[in-house]
Amino acid sequence: MSITEILFFFLSALAIGSAIMVLVSKNPVYSVLWLVAVFFAISGHYILLNAQFLAIVNLIVYAGAIMVLFLFVIMLMNLNAHSEPQKNLWMKLAGVISGGCFLMVLVSLVRQANELSNKKALTVEGNIGLIKNLGKVLFNDYVVSFEITSVLFLSAMIGAIVIGKKD
Amino acid sequence: MPIQYYIYLCLTLFSIGIIGVLTRRNAIIVFMCVELMLNAVNLLLVAFSKMHLATALVADKATKVGTDGQLFVFFIMVVAAAEVSVGLAIIVMLYRNTHSVDINFLNRLKN
Amino acid sequence: MSKLVYLIPLFPLLGFLINGLGRKHLSKSMIGIIGTGSILASFIVSVLVFFDVKATGTSTVVTLFNFIQVKGLLIPFAFQVDQLSVIFLLIITGIGTLIHLYSTAYMHTEEPAHFGRYFAYLNLFIFSMLLLVLGANYVIMFIGWEGVGLCSYLLIGYWFKNNNYNYAAKKAFVMNRIGDLGFLLAVFWLIFKLGTATYSDVFLHVDKLSAFDITAITTLLFVGAMGKSAQIPLYTWLPDAMAGPTPVSALIHAATMVTAGIYMIARTNLLYSMAPGTQTLIAIIGLATAIFAATIALKQNDIKKVLAYSTVSQLGYMFLGLGVGAYTGAVFHVMTHAFFKALLFLGAGSVIHAMHHEQDITKMGGLKKFMPITHITFLLACLAIAGIPPFSGFFSKDEILMAAYAKNPIYYYVGLGGALMTAFYMFRLYTLTFLGGFRGTQAQASHVHESPIAMTFPLIVLAILSVIGGLIGIPEVFAKDAHSLGNFLTPIFAQSAALATEHHLEASQEYLFMGVSTLLIAGIIFYTISSYKKYQSTETENTGLAKLLENKWYIDELYDAIIVKPLNAIAVFFKNIIEKNIIDGGVNGVGKLVSYSSRQIRLLQSGQVGNYVLIMVLAIVVFILIWFNDLTLSYYLNRLFKNA
Repeated sequence: MSITEILFFFLSALAIGSAIMVLVSKNPVYSVLWLVAVFFAISGHYILLNAQFLAIVNLIVYAGAIMVLFLFVIMLMNLNAHSEPQKNLWMKLAGVISGGCFLMVLVSLVRQANELSNKKALTVEGNIGLIKNLGKVLFNDYVVSFEITSVLFLSAMIGAIVIGKKD
Repeated sequence: MPIQYYIYLCLTLFSIGIIGVLTRRNAIIVFMCVELMLNAVNLLLVAFSKMHLATALVADKATKVGTDGQLFVFFIMVVAAAEVSVGLAIIVMLYRNTHSVDINFLNRLKN
Repeated sequence: MSKLVYLIPLFPLLGFLINGLGRKHLSKSMIGIIGTGSILASFIVSVLVFFDVKATGTSTVVTLFNFIQVKGLLIPFAFQVDQLSVIFLLIITGIGTLIHLYSTAYMHTEEPAHFGRYFAYLNLFIFSMLLLVLGANYVIMFIGWEGVGLCSYLLIGYWFKNNNYNYAAKKAFVMNRIGDLGFLLAVFWLIFKLGTATYSDVFLHVDKLSAFDITAITTLLFVGAMGKSAQIPLYTWLPDAMAGPTPVSALIHAATMVTAGIYMIARTNLLYSMAPGTQTLIAIIGLATAIFAATIALKQNDIKKVLAYSTVSQLGYMFLGLGVGAYTGAVFHVMTHAFFKALLFLGAGSVIHAMHHEQDITKMGGLKKFMPITHITFLLACLAIAGIPPFSGFFSKDEILMAAYAKNPIYYYVGLGGALMTAFYMFRLYTLTFLGGFRGTQAQASHVHESPIAMTFPLIVLAILSVIGGLIGIPEVFAKDAHSLGNFLTPIFAQSAALATEHHLEASQEYLFMGVSTLLIAGIIFYTISSYKKYQSTETENTGLAKLLENKWYIDELYDAIIVKPLNAIAVFFKNIIEKNIIDGGVNGVGKLVSYSSRQIRLLQSGQVGNYVLIMVLAIVVFILIWFNDLTLSYYLNRLFKNA
């Protein structure tokens, strides 16, 4: 078992375990922290796939900015395990079963797919994920989309302010 | 690394996100599960981009196939960030009006 | 000259458009001039075309444009100019002109707008009839055929404020439609078998039709003729058509409409000559109609009703002629009948006009001294229709009856009986109207007057024609080749004549029949005049046969009982039971089902986001299962667990 495989399985176990903990935790603050752990694991996967730029962005945007925002909101509202609303057991069961069905169907689909047999994702090789390459493409081919995203951000900021304003 | 492994991993994460959406009533947790699903898709996109690169490298050493996929992930992150800012604003708004983050109170459209 | 034939229907069409569209703006005299003038123009062109055809002796087809053009079927909008159609053109436009002229005076009390409407309808009527006669194929004929039916409906219901008149119009239309169905089926049959409806092609390829086809087509065509030409059992509309203004009755009975059936059969004579079964049917129906209508006419007291039944009866003679293969005789009788029947109706109109719309002959009498011109012309017409030589009716009726004798002597004897009845009811009508003492009210007596010149002029012209019209068809026994009409029409009926076996009566036998019938008719006339001269209206109720005849054999009531009432009952049944419960119930049931199920389904829309997501996920699962596998669900699951 190569080092890459060991890393892969470790990170996968970490991601799935953390994701389950996100659901299981009663306290929203813990959920947020577990989710940060998931994001770290996914960033690790990105690094494993030699997508360094995305790994960094993922950490900065998700784990850094977004999750901090979540944390802020939760703390602002003073939510904790006691104020957590609970669904009834049957609804929870139904949710788990239908989610499980979804997983099962898709997994079996992938198992049958002949197109995917013998296909491999390069892990260490390949340098397209480097900042240099992505930057070139982003500011050549996708420059318009990139500029439009800035408008999107602006409108999202204004929207958030308008919605959050005390009227 | 076989692509199936990545697919299974991502499907599992995605399904966990779905189950979270279905079983939790806390709007913030639901929102976080949505983010989890987005991340699962992101990871899958990157895996697929590297898969196609592997196929293309056999023919051409200097190919840049797969760059698009990774840029897609970048844009998804951008949109997700915008979405989170607006979504959290809405949740704050909801909390201010109902003093709760229970999504079951979000049924005012029913009547 | 034949190239200008399109002008003939064009003038009435223009007249119709001008009068119809401008009826609110034109003065009455202007409307009269346009209406009459357009027909007169057609008449003049018709005369020119007639002489052209007479000189060349050929039949011409003038194609204007292609009316229907699909694969395997070409129906040109073409006019056929030959001996038969020019004869009818002359009758239609000539008598039509006189009737239009007469109408300008007869209808002078109408409002200008209605006056314009009346003349527009009249012109359209003439136009349709011309189209019918001129068409070079059955489809064009059918256009005219339907147009005539429509115009008769419009004109019979001209005084639409009277609901009875509207019912009469409706009756005429429905009766005609029943016949039209037969006509239409025959045309379809022809097109199906031969792929053409053009006369010349049909007659050329007639050998492609089996005997059954010919019998079926001719019978169906005859059904159409039954409706249009008022034969048993579809005749009841014609007497009711009296609801229209009197000139309209004259037009329908004399020049147009009812002659359409005769024309159509004469046009199709070759097919009929090849179908002896149909011919026998036509002869029997024609004869039955002739007798039956004559018996009804014996006891009618309405001046127009008598004339109407006499028309039905005379049409019966024409069909008898067609049935025994005397096509020339039938066309000849159409012509002479057009003269004297138009004269009779216009004379009756003149009387009615003078009597202020009194139509009951028991309340007339002694009009001889008030209206000399009407009296004389009416008398001449009566003599003509009764068949006194040398008036026109004698020649034409004689020709038909002689042909009937040649075919089967029974036809002759029954036909002669009808002719005697004709003499009786016509002179009963004449005597009651014009002879004896005046039986009307005092107010009427002071107002009775001769009609204006616009009404008497057509009477005089028609009277002259009624008297001398028969001279174009003098029988062979009197003079060799004197039957100029027969000679003129020879090319039309040549093929049929070749098929028929000639039966020529001995000259002495023919003289004997003519003499006996003339004597009998003259006797009947004297008896009738003498017995009705002293007529005083009595209030006693008729009994027995007389009552039966007065009520027209209760045929209307019979039709009412066996056709109309059951149909009504079925209609009521459908309206009350089927419509209410099944149709409405179905429609309302669908509505109720939708609203009920919507109410139930609405409960699913709980507003709970969780529920929506749950359903969404389950739906995705199901869709993936279905779409991504072309195998059935069970098989799929089976494989899933086996592989796992």
